[in-house]
Amino acid sequence: MRTFNWLRSSTATMVLGTALLGIFGGGEAAAQGKQLTLCWAAWDPANALVELGKDFTKQSGIEMKYEFVPWTSYADRFLNELNSHGKLCDLIIGDSQWIGGAAENKWYVKLNDFFDKEKISMDDFVPATVVGYSQWPKNSPNYWALPAMADAVGWTYRKDWFSRPEIQSAFKAKYGRDLAPPKTYDELKQIAEFFQGREIDGKKVYGAYIFTERGSEGITMGVTNVLYNYGFAYDNPKKPYQMQGVVNSPEAAKGLEFYKELYKCCTAPGMTNAYMQEGLDAFKSGQVAMQMNWFAFFPGLYKDPNVGGDKIGFFVNPAGPNGHFTQLGGQGISVVATSDRKNDALAYIKWFAQPAVQQKWWQLGGYSALKAVVDAPDFPKSAAFAPQFLESMGIVKDFWAEPSYAQLLLDMQKRVHDYVVADKGTAQQTLDLLVKDWTKVFKEQGKQVASQ
Amino acid sequence: MSEPARSRATRPVRGLSDRTIAWLFVAPTIALLLAINIFPLVWMIRLSFTSLNLSMSYLPLRFVGLDNFRDILTDEDVWFRLQTTAQFVIWSVALQVVIGYGLALLINRQFRGHSFWTTIILMPMMLSPAVVGNFWTLLLQPQIGPFNYLISMFTGVPPSSFSMTGQVSLAPWTIVLVDTWMWAPYVMLICLAGLRSIPDYIYEAAEVDRASAWRQFWSITLPMTVPFLMLAVLFRAIENFKMFDMVNLLTSGGPGSTTELVSITLKRAAFEKWRTGYSSALAIILFVTVFGAANIYVKALNKVKQR
Repeated sequence: MRTFNWLRSSTATMVLGTALLGIFGGGEAAAQGKQLTLCWAAWDPANALVELGKDFTKQSGIEMKYEFVPWTSYADRFLNELNSHGKLCDLIIGDSQWIGGAAENKWYVKLNDFFDKEKISMDDFVPATVVGYSQWPKNSPNYWALPAMADAVGWTYRKDWFSRPEIQSAFKAKYGRDLAPPKTYDELKQIAEFFQGREIDGKKVYGAYIFTERGSEGITMGVTNVLYNYGFAYDNPKKPYQMQGVVNSPEAAKGLEFYKELYKCCTAPGMTNAYMQEGLDAFKSGQVAMQMNWFAFFPGLYKDPNVGGDKIGFFVNPAGPNGHFTQLGGQGISVVATSDRKNDALAYIKWFAQPAVQQKWWQLGGYSALKAVVDAPDFPKSAAFAPQFLESMGIVKDFWAEPSYAQLLLDMQKRVHDYVVADKGTAQQTLDLLVKDWTKVFKEQGKQVASQ
Repeated sequence: MSEPARSRATRPVRGLSDRTIAWLFVAPTIALLLAINIFPLVWMIRLSFTSLNLSMSYLPLRFVGLDNFRDILTDEDVWFRLQTTAQFVIWSVALQVVIGYGLALLINRQFRGHSFWTTIILMPMMLSPAVVGNFWTLLLQPQIGPFNYLISMFTGVPPSSFSMTGQVSLAPWTIVLVDTWMWAPYVMLICLAGLRSIPDYIYEAAEVDRASAWRQFWSITLPMTVPFLMLAVLFRAIENFKMFDMVNLLTSGGPGSTTELVSITLKRAAFEKWRTGYSSALAIILFVTVFGAANIYVKALNKVKQR
């Protein structure tokens, strides 16, 4: 009983202590100055944004806090946050495909009135980024984000290897043409085959690095670069959501076969589940001659002491037999609807939209979507990859941005990985199954899906 | 206890009786259990009969009856995932039992460096599955990972000519291998407890009867450790049925869907596709399956114990 008596008094002390801690702990937090939390992915441009944000803090007195999550868990983490109406993020740089769900679910603040009031015109931004990152429904004047980080898939190559006389002459002897950055996917495959297994500086190297990641979006973001150029489309432009014969057209199937051939013939061993970071590692370690990756990483690669500078070259995603497109990446910046600091968040967007800030953003390693920056006469000379970036932004296509995009994406991840990496079925069967999966998703969403 | 003493003991002190205090201590646990176990379970059962999709929460919530359950049970993919899971559970538990039991027999003897080797053997199970996943991803990397070089040394096959996590024929065995490496020591610990519980006099009597070591093993050691082995099988089978983190890190369910265990399917449906109604139904089906199988198994275990 003595114990219980002791516990009675101790329990009361603990309860009181906890209450006091809560009061004073809370008081301490409340005493802090203004602060905004910005959520994004953990990658090179995020570091540039932190640097840029210091100017905002200096001007406004609002302290910036950042929540950066690795790409592999970026969508899971932040969609969960938005779904649960969490208050972690005041500002979010959300992926382009989220825009439909974010608008329909009212996760983002609609920015039309704010843009009108602050005289921010979407005409001042690269059209593809406005459609891709800001508008929902697409091609309608309803804006939910400010284009923040323009991006697309591009390619890097080992310029130093390409320019070696012995390699050039060996290539010419074999293919009857000069070794140069490829303009078409057939050329790219030839070059990749040429380098595959070749010994350079006493080291075995491989032809190309392409995306094959299974878990999040990797293989889809890779294969679409080929599919678009072979004739794949998401739906019939005249009949929305009509996918039969468009997604699984014979041309699209040929594109898928090509991606598999490229994977089988010309990639390094073990690249069965590889995305951005694995590509960077492969290129930086001198393992591959050509690398598919997002432009966002190119400033960092250019600065790399081993493979950057004169040793690296860049080229636009090659054309295919039926077109010339590339996969859109990038994100817009939005104000989270559940934020308690919406006005401060809007002030950040107003500040970020200024031409001078956008110019500095590009200089620090971010990719501005503001026309005043990218259409400036000296822009193509401002970075080694700037001309390719400009060209790419003119030929971008994006994945579905429907509210159900995650289901559509995971269905494609599964079907394509099953075919390309796990050797399951044929290309035509894969795309037929994909049409079946997507039709089911859209029907669940209540969409009318025409079969022909 | 004398009458006055007992009356002091049960008398409320400062307004609170012992019973009240006991309840006060138990109440937070019960409240926590209700809040994080029972309430979500009831809520999940409710959601399993709806069309809820959190990525489209603006759509009206519809009661769909047993549609989600029908969709799951008629989906070939789900059955395939269950088969994959069953194969993983059977092979990994079987290997863990054989290796764990063998290790327990070895460790049960006294030898020089006994404590050191016991610690070394137990180390894998002390690591987090996330660490194990990353660690083995590196070990199994075809170009720089030592595993392929080791295989190459014995077989002559070039190290970069095969990928343990990327080939359809090897990936399922890889997850079995890694899981066995991690959890065989756990089975060893349980078996060791069983071996140490066998009284010495039984072996002494067997010695007197001139029973061979083999006979002693078959007639004494194995029968007396079977309940422990069965317990180990139960624990490992339940754990492996739920296996997610290690496999997710090693293969993400790939190549294709080759190593996609049902827990990965469930996670993708619930937190990537946001099909809340559907995934709730799948979770219930899995719960009932594991609960049912475990109950049957526990009954069998009790029968063995009674023998």
